Amino acid sequence: MQIDILPRWLRRTMALGVLTVAVSGCSGADGAAEPAADAAPVDITGAGATFPYPLYSRWFEEYNRRHPDVRINYQAIGSGGGIRQVQNGTVFFGATDGPMTDEQLAASPEPLLHLPTVIGSVVPAYNLPEVTERLNFTGPLLADIFLGRVTRWNDRAIAAVNPGVALPDRDITVVHRSDGSGTTFVWVDYLSKVSPAWKEQVGVGTSVKWPVGIGGKGNDGVAGLVKQTAGAIGYMEPAYARQNGIPFGAVQNAAGRFVASSIESVTAAADGAAATIPDDFRVSITNPPGDAAYPIASFTWLLIRERPDDVRQSAALVEFVRWALTEGQRFAPELGYSPLPASVVERELAALERVRVR
Amino acid sequence: MPRDLRRRLVSTVMTSLSALSVLVALVPLGLLLFFVAVQGAAAISLDFFTQTPRPVGEPGGGMGNAIVGTLILCGTAALIAVPIGVLSGMFVVEFPQSPLAPAVRFAADTLNGVPSIVVGIFVYAIAVEPTGGFSAMAGGIALGVMMIPLITRTTEELLRLVPASLREGALALGATRGRAVLTVVLPAALPGIVTGVMLALARVAGETAPLLFTAFGNRFWSTDLTEPIGALTLQVYAYAISPYDDWHRQAWAGALVLLALVLGCSLAARAATRRLERMHR
Amino acid sequence: MRRSRPGRTDGVFRLLTTVPALLVVGLVAAIGVVLCLDARLSIAAFGAGFWTRTDWDPIAGQFGAFPFIWGTLYSSGLALLIAAPVSIGIAVFLTDVCPHRLRAPLVFLTELLAAIPSIVYGLWGIFVLVPAVRLLQEALPPRIRALPLFEGPTVGVSLLAAALVLSVMVIPYISSVTREVLRAVPRHQWEGAYALGATRWEATRVALRYARVGIVGAVMLGFGRAVGETMAVTMVIGNSPQASWSVFAPQYTMAAVIANEFAEAVEDLHLHALVEIGLVLFTTTLMVNVASRALIWQMSRDRRRRLAQCPVAAETP
Repeated sequence: MQIDILPRWLRRTMALGVLTVAVSGCSGADGAAEPAADAAPVDITGAGATFPYPLYSRWFEEYNRRHPDVRINYQAIGSGGGIRQVQNGTVFFGATDGPMTDEQLAASPEPLLHLPTVIGSVVPAYNLPEVTERLNFTGPLLADIFLGRVTRWNDRAIAAVNPGVALPDRDITVVHRSDGSGTTFVWVDYLSKVSPAWKEQVGVGTSVKWPVGIGGKGNDGVAGLVKQTAGAIGYMEPAYARQNGIPFGAVQNAAGRFVASSIESVTAAADGAAATIPDDFRVSITNPPGDAAYPIASFTWLLIRERPDDVRQSAALVEFVRWALTEGQRFAPELGYSPLPASVVERELAALERVRVR
Repeated sequence: MPRDLRRRLVSTVMTSLSALSVLVALVPLGLLLFFVAVQGAAAISLDFFTQTPRPVGEPGGGMGNAIVGTLILCGTAALIAVPIGVLSGMFVVEFPQSPLAPAVRFAADTLNGVPSIVVGIFVYAIAVEPTGGFSAMAGGIALGVMMIPLITRTTEELLRLVPASLREGALALGATRGRAVLTVVLPAALPGIVTGVMLALARVAGETAPLLFTAFGNRFWSTDLTEPIGALTLQVYAYAISPYDDWHRQAWAGALVLLALVLGCSLAARAATRRLERMHR
Repeated sequence: MRRSRPGRTDGVFRLLTTVPALLVVGLVAAIGVVLCLDARLSIAAFGAGFWTRTDWDPIAGQFGAFPFIWGTLYSSGLALLIAAPVSIGIAVFLTDVCPHRLRAPLVFLTELLAAIPSIVYGLWGIFVLVPAVRLLQEALPPRIRALPLFEGPTVGVSLLAAALVLSVMVIPYISSVTREVLRAVPRHQWEGAYALGATRWEATRVALRYARVGIVGAVMLGFGRAVGETMAVTMVIGNSPQASWSVFAPQYTMAAVIANEFAEAVEDLHLHALVEIGLVLFTTTLMVNVASRALIWQMSRDRRRRLAQCPVAAETP
């Protein structure tokens, strides 16, 4: 969209801006402790998914310690925002938990590469002060709760899969994301696969029309609301639940077992999918086969422009991604993410060659 | 007389109610200042001013970059808004017969009431999308747009306060209108205008909504106007809605610093106003 | 005699001030035009139905703004219901009742409420007010909690929390304008009442009656503020696009939905729908401005007329 209003004013302020930049550049008024490097620092801005944010913020910090001249500023605005802003070119790279649709890719002004960085899961986290055991859920039960059909914690449907647990007589407060989000995508993608009612009434997307519940902004916001509200249930990435001491339930997988999210159970989910991953890496791995698989698992992707104008930024970003896919993977488990299978990493490194760096 | 008694009783009750309403307003003020002071003071340290934010799960870190960011954003906003605001205020006073004068006054009042989030959308459309990125410059423009009406109206009011004799004296000595205003009237009003600018800065320094899609936030030190930049308000927002106790503490500390900055600025302006008033008397 | 020779420097001065003046006017126009342009898809797709439709469904590409309008009007209305009487009380106290020594510090303290940034109100709202609202809701007897006005689960983040924060935030605006309006009431109005043996309240009532138009204007100004308030409301209202009568239900406002979704909307239509909401906020402020100006104008006209009838009364500051 091009708008040419107030050209004189705009031009003047822009000129002013350029002038100020020039002045501040000359005076070298940079507060950071830069080593006297031969190259000027590279600043890269990215935005998108909140799902991998704990890991990404760790990665960017660690990478900056190793390469003080590369500073990657990542803002967790949500996957929808990641897609939109990278398409607009307002950020250099995006990040999303739900792959872009074919139409979105077609509408993109330049080719975008989807690169899985890590495997994550989404867990049903709840706040029930009375219950100390880990609760069990089935897919259809979670769908019914989020459809507003099951409204109290001592509902028979919940009791049926949690024998021996004294369920309190409390209202269920559903907490969901208020913003567009890949975490939402993974969650509703799973619910749609296991519940025809969900698929018909709500559907799949990065933000959906929630039948019930209250909205929190970001994984952060949802975790905050669940933590503050007795009787709440929300979906989030397990790192957010663990770091806040919010318990989360086990979910019945396609093989009929109740499995809780763990590094191993999520890797088990990805194992089955590894063979069926397409060349563009856009694939859903929710509700996979396998006894040990946790059913609500997903890749999370970086969206990288294949033909960017600024090759310095591009080269620095590609170097970072290479590091993240190899050495960086070891930071994943401690933050609750499962590392990528080696075969996937290999294919990604090959795909990375497509990005213009000079 | 019972009727008289009733009237007096009603009067006493209503008078007490009016006193009570002052209390009703002061209780939340007291609670708010109390919580910010206590929680903020407990969390603040030297690191808070010198460090950048740490990744999730690593304790410590600070908002040094965001404090600098807020100052840069305010400075940019002032560079844009002060010339436009002062000159347009001058126009309203000097050319009252022009049909543009009431239009400027109306526009300034309207602009003053435009919700800050709407200013954010507007600046996103004119300064983020066309230039291809979020930037400190865009954030400064957004805050500048919010400052302009405040400065226009302050300038107008203060120029009117300058005694007509000053201007007429200058004109009688053969000065042109422009010369008279710029060399005699404006300097007389200048201290007041500076005060007004400080009050306007205090107001925009506390703004969050117009920065969400313009300045965007940055976890690193940055002084580059073409790059996204951190701001105290953005950082407090991000930390406040997070679920980490450590980040909540940082948010309170950030709120304390922000409040000190904003209140300090407006208190200084207020003190200056009082001195000016005394001088004029 | 003001008109000295229109020399060259005067031309320069005129130009120097005219350009920024045009810019200020142009800025308001530009905001309107940009909002209209960026909302055109949504305006074309939904027309007037946008305001009455209740579904906000980014997947299906259906956008109706009713829940946000409802939440905005409800929270602002409730806030004014609390803030207006309190503000008028404050204004009366500070103008008429308050001991002289206390006046300046109290004026300062009430105006301090306006200097506190929205984000600080929001932070305080999340950690102090929201838990308090939850406690209040839990303390209500079940019979009251069954009423539609108070029903729903105890969440804390709610319309009531937003209205309470808003009311505190608009009090300084309404009370300071009301104070000015009351100060503008000619002294003879009060003195006349006292002379007739009126009690303090009766004299105040005379003054309030006299100033009522201006007070309505002050309240309207507060309404404009409340409608556009973003951060503090976003943080405590719960962000749930379901219109409800219950004050304990989480709801949503127009400003909050823009703050939450604007940077994240993927589809153009979604973005344009958000901008259209912004356009309404903009139009609202425009109308509030026009209306409050009309009221002030009417009041000054009334005053002129009354002064004409009563020429003895000199304006005393």
